[in-house]
Amino acid sequence: MNYTFARRLISVAAVAVLAATPLVAEEWKPEKPVEMVIMAGQGGGADRLARLFQSIIQKENLSNMPVLPVNKGGGSGAEALRYLKDKSGDNHVIMATLNSYYTTPLRTDIGVNIEDFTPIARMALDTFVLWVNADSDIQTLDDYVAAVKASGGAWKMGGTGTGQEDSLVTAMLEKEFGIKVTYVPFSGGGDVARNLVGGHIDSSVNNPSEALGFYQANKLRPIAAFTPTRIAAFPDTPTMGELGHDLVYWMQRSFVAPKDMAPEAVAFYTSMFEKLNASQEWQTYTAEKALLAEFLTGDALQAYFLEERAKHDALLKSMGEGS
Amino acid sequence: MLIADRLIAAAIMAMSAYFMWHATVLPIGWNGMTGGPGGGAFPFWLSAIMFVAAGAILVRSLRGKSDYAGDFFDPETLRSVVMVIIALFVTIALMPWVGTYIALPLFLIWYIKIFGRHGWVLTLCLTIGTPLFLFFFFEVTLKILLPKGLTEPFFVPLYAMFF
Amino acid sequence: MELFGHMMDGFATSLSPFNLMIVILGVTAGLFIGAMPGLGSVNGVAIVLPLTFIVPPSSAIILLAAIYYGAMYGGAISSILLGIPGASTAVATTFDGRPMAQQGKAGLALIAAAVASFVGGTISVILFTLFAAPLADIALAFGPPEEFALVLMAFTTFVGLGGDDVLKTIIMICLGLALSTVGLDLISGQPRLIFFDQPGFYSGISFLVLAIGAYGVGEILYTIETSKSAPSVTPARLTFRELGAGLREMNKLWRTMSFGSFIGFFVGMLPAAGATPAALMAYGLAKVTSKNPDSFGKGNIEGVAAPETANNAASTGSLLPMLTLGIPGSPTTALLLGGMVMWGLVPGPMLFIEQPDFVWGLISSLYTANFAAVIVNLALIPVFVWALRMPFTVLCALVLILCIVGGFAPSQKMHDVWLIAGFGVGGYFLRKADYPMAPLVLALVLGPLMEKSFRQTLIAEQGNVFAFLERPLSASFIAISAVFFLLPLLKYTRSLSCAKAA
Repeated sequence: MNYTFARRLISVAAVAVLAATPLVAEEWKPEKPVEMVIMAGQGGGADRLARLFQSIIQKENLSNMPVLPVNKGGGSGAEALRYLKDKSGDNHVIMATLNSYYTTPLRTDIGVNIEDFTPIARMALDTFVLWVNADSDIQTLDDYVAAVKASGGAWKMGGTGTGQEDSLVTAMLEKEFGIKVTYVPFSGGGDVARNLVGGHIDSSVNNPSEALGFYQANKLRPIAAFTPTRIAAFPDTPTMGELGHDLVYWMQRSFVAPKDMAPEAVAFYTSMFEKLNASQEWQTYTAEKALLAEFLTGDALQAYFLEERAKHDALLKSMGEGS
Repeated sequence: MLIADRLIAAAIMAMSAYFMWHATVLPIGWNGMTGGPGGGAFPFWLSAIMFVAAGAILVRSLRGKSDYAGDFFDPETLRSVVMVIIALFVTIALMPWVGTYIALPLFLIWYIKIFGRHGWVLTLCLTIGTPLFLFFFFEVTLKILLPKGLTEPFFVPLYAMFF
Repeated sequence: MELFGHMMDGFATSLSPFNLMIVILGVTAGLFIGAMPGLGSVNGVAIVLPLTFIVPPSSAIILLAAIYYGAMYGGAISSILLGIPGASTAVATTFDGRPMAQQGKAGLALIAAAVASFVGGTISVILFTLFAAPLADIALAFGPPEEFALVLMAFTTFVGLGGDDVLKTIIMICLGLALSTVGLDLISGQPRLIFFDQPGFYSGISFLVLAIGAYGVGEILYTIETSKSAPSVTPARLTFRELGAGLREMNKLWRTMSFGSFIGFFVGMLPAAGATPAALMAYGLAKVTSKNPDSFGKGNIEGVAAPETANNAASTGSLLPMLTLGIPGSPTTALLLGGMVMWGLVPGPMLFIEQPDFVWGLISSLYTANFAAVIVNLALIPVFVWALRMPFTVLCALVLILCIVGGFAPSQKMHDVWLIAGFGVGGYFLRKADYPMAPLVLALVLGPLMEKSFRQTLIAEQGNVFAFLERPLSASFIAISAVFFLLPLLKYTRSLSCAKAA
């Protein structure tokens, strides 16, 4: 009894200390359930991650009101972006984003400017790895490039929908090595990994989390990582940089809020994600899934978004995407 | 009946034409470069088949080769159907504005009391019971929020109580 | 017998009093969620998933299995009673279930659905137990060409069956396929058919919206018109004696049900296909092999049993690629997969080796949940049948409300509710003019799969159309499709020649 009381006292004190730093944070609390819009359909990587956040929030009691995930994956996130635009000034909507947050408005004019939205927190950066089937003879990047060249354009690269991250990484590869592949779009990363294992495609640029199970069963082989330093989960896989090619690509997992959200509410959500970032579950998850938990908030995050948007703009233009 | 058959066939033709026009935004041909049909090909050619088939029905009915007899609508009950459709549309239009918990009970009162001519006891039981069920089943249990519109502020204490 | 030992451990945990209570609660909740038009196992699983972090993991798995099964059973209930397929997997159940309910045999249809689901579930769980690991490789052999051929086969089992006006059937199929292309074109990544620039169309037209509109609202308008001033109440009664008679009736359906279970399990196991094509193929096969195929669609009990065994078997089958390959075959399994990741399990080929406790615990929970589901379902049938005895005007009002709310719930967009109303009115007119509804709904369900796999194949094979025939699996599926397609033509010409000879 005494022990629990003491523990409770400590935790109360801890909360008080936490709360004291950003003074406004404790003043505002959601008064109704918070809608967490997900920019992707049910079952994808982004969806799974958003639901993981939801369950950690619930388990750790980070919000007094439930956070309810709603999928609005239509049009590569165009639907979600338009929805968030219409929710301007709403304090009870946040959105889980991925890279389509900048690519979708760049590719099609949907009347949304992401500068208007309020950045909340960047939770993680997901990495990309070049994969081949473990039965193939390809061991190194050089083998890979040679094989693709030998195929004369018939090399089947699988990935998510055209214009999404996988196709951008593929375009970067093509440009860097002067190769040409046949890009086959699938509806999700898991689908891509399965088709690679089944031998229906020749290579993929899956996120590690999508291919991890197959990798552990020795069905897929990582060739190179699109990261500046080696991924902890794949210590033997060289980075593109080590091999002399400046290819780095990230998938960001962030949260944004509608335009004109009250500053108190922004402070609440920011501190909620800060606590989430510090939670044990999240730290274990990121370590296991080869995610980089690089937490970023506020103006720094907005600057990051705009910088990434400019990079993607250049990338899309170089791909000759106009049709 | 014959006239209705023709009208519906003509409407389908118009709709197919509209679909075809929309589909032409994306390439509709066989694209050799990407291998296979373009993004607009499926909707375009399917709508084209639909257009032709509806045209065939129209021609068939114009030739008088139809075994339909009698009126398309039952004149006795047509009025009820139209009334229900109007009520349904009004209810849906009201939902985002005055909220689910006003629009749906209004619909129930209209349907059960005025349209169905049932007694007040049954009407009131259902008009009070249904929103309660919806609130506890959808919102509290399934955590699916229904549109509240103007009534949003009245729900804040309820949220505090049940979530 | 390592397997046997694992199973026994699993049963021991799943049969503890606390877990039994959880199973019954889960199944009942699942049953009601599934019975609600618009809601299905996805919603059930989504709600309990966060809860699973509070209860012990073994109970969490059981709770999920119970909700999953309960919702699968429940899907048949709205198909039969209201004629609204609550989930795409239950479309085929409406074809004969609804006519049976209209003939006052709702109770019998519900019993058939429950028993068939139980049989399907049981057979597939047994198949799962015995062959889980080797079967995973078959799923891997399925690439885009095979997916296309399979969907084509599911389609032809239906097209070949049509008894309606051919032109009208063609129109409805094309309309369904055209509507299925609304939204995003995956291959080019461009939006298409965004009517009136409404953002709601970006996510396409969901099957549920069309089904609730055309079947739910459309059906009600149609009934209002045909029922004239004297509202007819569907006569439905159910006593224990009838329950017994129903069970005996089911005894004659072993052939149909075992066919259905096998088709369901194997098709459900394929990552892309899932339970919907499985149910359709089982229905088609039952009709083709039946002695009097004409009675199908008019309230044949086999027409309820076949798709129900298949869709339940398929939902068990679809757990297989999820566990062994980490690929979800349906939104529900995708959520389950998410849950597993959160519990720190890595789905994939290693799962069976590294986490046998989990795998066999899950399988024994499936046995328990399936058993509990059939009992709870049978016990609740009188309640559901009783609901049909409400005065017609009350029932209509309540069903319309369910259509509105059930249409809103999955996507939480008013846009979908408007579409439901639109499809309802449109469907009502089309139905009056004798346009068949089933091909429309089926085309919408199968269309996206078909287009996607067709175009993926062509891209991968540099536009070579014969790629479909060069691979043994897909070639044989296409051959079967051709047979299904030509069968009615053959029968037709034979009947013509017979008529001439006579």
